[in-house]
Amino acid sequence: MAKDTESIFKNPLLRWVDDRFPLSSLIKDHATEYYASKNFNIWYLFGVLSMVVLVIMLLTGFFLTMNYKPSAEDAFNSVEYIMRSVENGWLIRYMHSTGASFFFIVIYLHMFRAMLYGSYKKPRELIWVLGMLLYFCLMAEAFFGYLLPWGNMSYWAGQVIVNLFGYIPFVGESLTEWIRGDYFISDITLNRFFAFHVIFLPLAILGLVAAHILALHHVGSNNPDGVEIKKHLDEAGKPIDGVAFHPFHTSKDLVGITVFLIIYFAAVFFAPEMGGYFLEVDNFEPADPLKTPEHIVPSWYFTPYYAILRAVPNAALGALFLVFAVLLFVFLPWLDKCEVKSIRYRGWQYKFALTLFAISFVALGYLGLQPATGIYVALARFFTITYFAFFLLMPFYTKLEKTKTVPERVVYKKKES
Amino acid sequence: MRKIFIIYLAFAFIPSLTFSAGSMDLDEYLEGMSVKTSDVRSLQRGARNFFNNCSGCHTLQYMRYNQIAEDLGITEDQLMQNLIFTESSPQDLVMNNMLREDGNRWFGKAPPDLTLVTRRKSPEYVYGFLNSFYEDNSSPTGVNNHVQEASSMPHVLWDIEERLSNEEYSQFLNDTVGFLVYAGEPIIEKRKSMGVWVIGFLLIFLILSYALYKDIWREVK
Repeated sequence: MAKDTESIFKNPLLRWVDDRFPLSSLIKDHATEYYASKNFNIWYLFGVLSMVVLVIMLLTGFFLTMNYKPSAEDAFNSVEYIMRSVENGWLIRYMHSTGASFFFIVIYLHMFRAMLYGSYKKPRELIWVLGMLLYFCLMAEAFFGYLLPWGNMSYWAGQVIVNLFGYIPFVGESLTEWIRGDYFISDITLNRFFAFHVIFLPLAILGLVAAHILALHHVGSNNPDGVEIKKHLDEAGKPIDGVAFHPFHTSKDLVGITVFLIIYFAAVFFAPEMGGYFLEVDNFEPADPLKTPEHIVPSWYFTPYYAILRAVPNAALGALFLVFAVLLFVFLPWLDKCEVKSIRYRGWQYKFALTLFAISFVALGYLGLQPATGIYVALARFFTITYFAFFLLMPFYTKLEKTKTVPERVVYKKKES
Repeated sequence: MRKIFIIYLAFAFIPSLTFSAGSMDLDEYLEGMSVKTSDVRSLQRGARNFFNNCSGCHTLQYMRYNQIAEDLGITEDQLMQNLIFTESSPQDLVMNNMLREDGNRWFGKAPPDLTLVTRRKSPEYVYGFLNSFYEDNSSPTGVNNHVQEASSMPHVLWDIEERLSNEEYSQFLNDTVGFLVYAGEPIIEKRKSMGVWVIGFLLIFLILSYALYKDIWREVK
């Protein structure tokens, strides 16, 4: 390709590199000549924010590993050692524990953005599928990491989640033993969860992130209008409604990243426990196989699925529902039959369904934190039904939609300043 | 900006919805409670209270003597003379000489380590617990507790509670609970003061990054 040979550098050293490595073309393809719509709104921030959180987690995790000891005997003590005796260990640890929750906050908002503006639709199905694989890896990463402090809730929540595999017919029992490497959650389990948490899953996540972004840059970013900006090019062959990722989107993202960091560090410095949601009270006592916490509750970011699990009267069936609740996201590109991407131009059916879905997800998250009794179970059952209805009825209600005319170009009104 | 703020507010208020239940009658025993971990003198008095009255049975197994001394401005001499009642050196963890088996035999359940008690329970729980002993002849210790029914802990502070006025006893508890909050998270004050600087820096950076964004986007129409 001709453009690959054109170096963007004048510096002889960088030109030397350019002759041996596609530095210029990488910078052009992914930054200075990657065009994305100029009308991105706040929803388009959460992709880059999840990258920011990923970097925070990798760096703080790396430093935590230097002092953390993955054994049942030492794990809890080593965390307290980090909190007290390691220079700024408390900051590294709080950034990591708070980062876990913020990771899910930005990922859930990132996914919701895709559902608002149809970012999973053709030609971006694969980006969505890769993103969902990332989400599954993130859930696994969070689950494995949650056991490591070896607090009492770590232990018992880990127990409950591993036991879910026991519901698989025939092999379930032996499968749970195989996962734990023992008859119960033990030192052996902790050690292998550590291996998953610090090596296998971070590598998988990094690889998938690369694939996710490469696929995105191959087909181009969607926008709040769901319009293909590549349809309208200027004389130079650049999209009229697009601006280069760098310096335009990078400078805009920097503002968003700064606002995000203010919120994130406010939590790190002033509410690292977040009232027991980021750091659970039961985890201030070491794992005790003989002392079950009063309410075993997984971390808040898993509670929507936990509520679904408990809403089903039969436990094995509940586990199956839980798996489907997570997996169904993958099929969105094929469940949604509407041609129009953005919610701005879609019919009332999808707007209604998506609103109900969002309410259901948040409500289930709340109900998952409550004891499974009386009105809570009844409500969880109701929202489980609406949750699944969103996906399973989608092929029908999206066909009935009366859509508005989608504009040819993106809507962009610059505010007078 | 505004939207993010609203999301954050919504998020910040969730805790108040659910974590209020669970300790129904605790509030009755919190009269006079005002714990200040920023008050070093109060923490010093709390340390004195802890070592004089609690450390015989309770440990602070994640905490080192010399860290307490450094954080609370106590000299090594003072530390050796007034706070270390065991054979420990300043760099040792705060342990005691009670064997776990003995503790289990004497009290039914060995006295728990208190390093993280205010985080595991809450400062309110500890204050309320120490403030709600009452006479009960049916109990082996002669006392019972409103916050923790049938607790196996005797009312160690009996004579202190008798001797002090209500305000003085509240002060005594505030100092002691404050010290335990500090022991649970020794960097608690450092954390908050560093947070102010970090947020302050980011706010200034926000102005700069916003100006940069506006400048770069000036020509986008």
